[in-house]
Amino acid sequence: MTRRTRTFGLFLLGLLVLFGLTAAHAALSRRASAASLRARALLVRRLELTDLCLSTEANYTRHLSLADFHTAFQDHPLALEHFPSGSLLGPPPHLRRSHGRLD
Amino acid sequence: MAAWIERQKNVLDFTLSSLLRRKGKNLALLAVYTLLVFLMASVMLATSAIRKEAAAVLREAPEMVVQRTIAGRQNPIPLAYLDQIRDIAGVISADARHWGYYYDPVVGANYTLLVPREDVPEPGTVTIGPGVSSARLALAGDTLEFKAASGEILELVVAGVLDGDSELVAADLVLVAAEDLRTIFGPADGLATDLVVRVANPRELSTIAEKIAGRLPDTRIILREEMLRTYDAVFSWRGGILALLLFGVVLAFVIISWDKASGLSQEERREIGILKAVGWETSDVILMKFWEGAVVSLSAFLLGFVLAYVHVFFFSARLFAPVLKGWAVLYPQFRLVPFIDASQITALFFLTVVPYAVATIIPSWRASVTDPDAVMKGIR
Repeated sequence: MTRRTRTFGLFLLGLLVLFGLTAAHAALSRRASAASLRARALLVRRLELTDLCLSTEANYTRHLSLADFHTAFQDHPLALEHFPSGSLLGPPPHLRRSHGRLD
Repeated sequence: MAAWIERQKNVLDFTLSSLLRRKGKNLALLAVYTLLVFLMASVMLATSAIRKEAAAVLREAPEMVVQRTIAGRQNPIPLAYLDQIRDIAGVISADARHWGYYYDPVVGANYTLLVPREDVPEPGTVTIGPGVSSARLALAGDTLEFKAASGEILELVVAGVLDGDSELVAADLVLVAAEDLRTIFGPADGLATDLVVRVANPRELSTIAEKIAGRLPDTRIILREEMLRTYDAVFSWRGGILALLLFGVVLAFVIISWDKASGLSQEERREIGILKAVGWETSDVILMKFWEGAVVSLSAFLLGFVLAYVHVFFFSARLFAPVLKGWAVLYPQFRLVPFIDASQITALFFLTVVPYAVATIIPSWRASVTDPDAVMKGIR
């Protein structure tokens, strides 16, 4: 085996070890964060919260599940979406479902 | 077996030297390929972690939220609606939620002001979320000013800061007493922001929702199931930013793969011709091209995935942060709990590695079944 093949073998082995480490890290982190997840769930129950706080930019991206049909229009019927977070977070599926078939 | 392994090693060695001869082109390919896997894996990991987090945390959310809409906007809901909901069979409880958004002109941040029904702060005090605490540099004992509806300044003492672990659900929360909320937002006697309903049997949720909608036609109802499903749609591919990001990378990848699939370069053809002339079989050439595809695609897949994992779970998906943060000042510094879904990794692997492997092998097979003399002369 040449030095080239050995080097590539080590490189690939290193990547495979890192790939394995991500799985191990995920499993360990999940176990370690079980208590804080429970605490967050209790806080949600106590405060009767409905959404995760992923963005505080606009009401419909702060409370994603409470967005309504009119959020796209905001202040007047031709207003363009001007909040960047709105282009990353999709509208809640229950809004789209409620539209039903139009044809 | 030993001979087989030896053959593979030799072919791999030849493949590596062949790849290194076209170092620049192959490194560019590896970089684009890694970037593609990185982007796709980042979205995949962040989405599944947020979905898992939402499923674990929002299972304790209210079973049903009832809001009133007038002229397409959410409006305060009359407390009198509570009795009409409580009358419905199967409803355990119906209660009012008092909350709203407050723009803080001092730092330019948006807060969610909420009156909790348990452990209500004393009038004149607030409990703040970790995001508010860091935006205002406020800790227990400090004072925060709020502009009241009357135009006066209301000073509220910070009684406590919610635990830093709660950032993902409570970063922007300001818990206030009901009278302070009324002072800030203006009196709204007999009205609440929305109502929360708990039912005895979760299977009856949709029936009860229909009954509420029938009795109170100016309301809309959001079920807990719908809140949970909402987080399946985060980082939507239809969202403009992701589509644009991916479009560029996918296009680059398609161009490179197409270049490979549509035919080999003159140099590569000559190489195959010479190999066949010196005695290589067609199967040997295909094996070499298989190794070439495997070296590039495996390296890119593993490298892209590991980088995406580090990006999402160690750096809180920083690449998406500017978009999520948008124009807002207060941005939750959440750490997602890592979650790896084996089926998603498999799907990502087949979506990225297989097309490239096919694109590499097919033209090589076409070249290697042709007469070596003709290949070297560049006839076919």
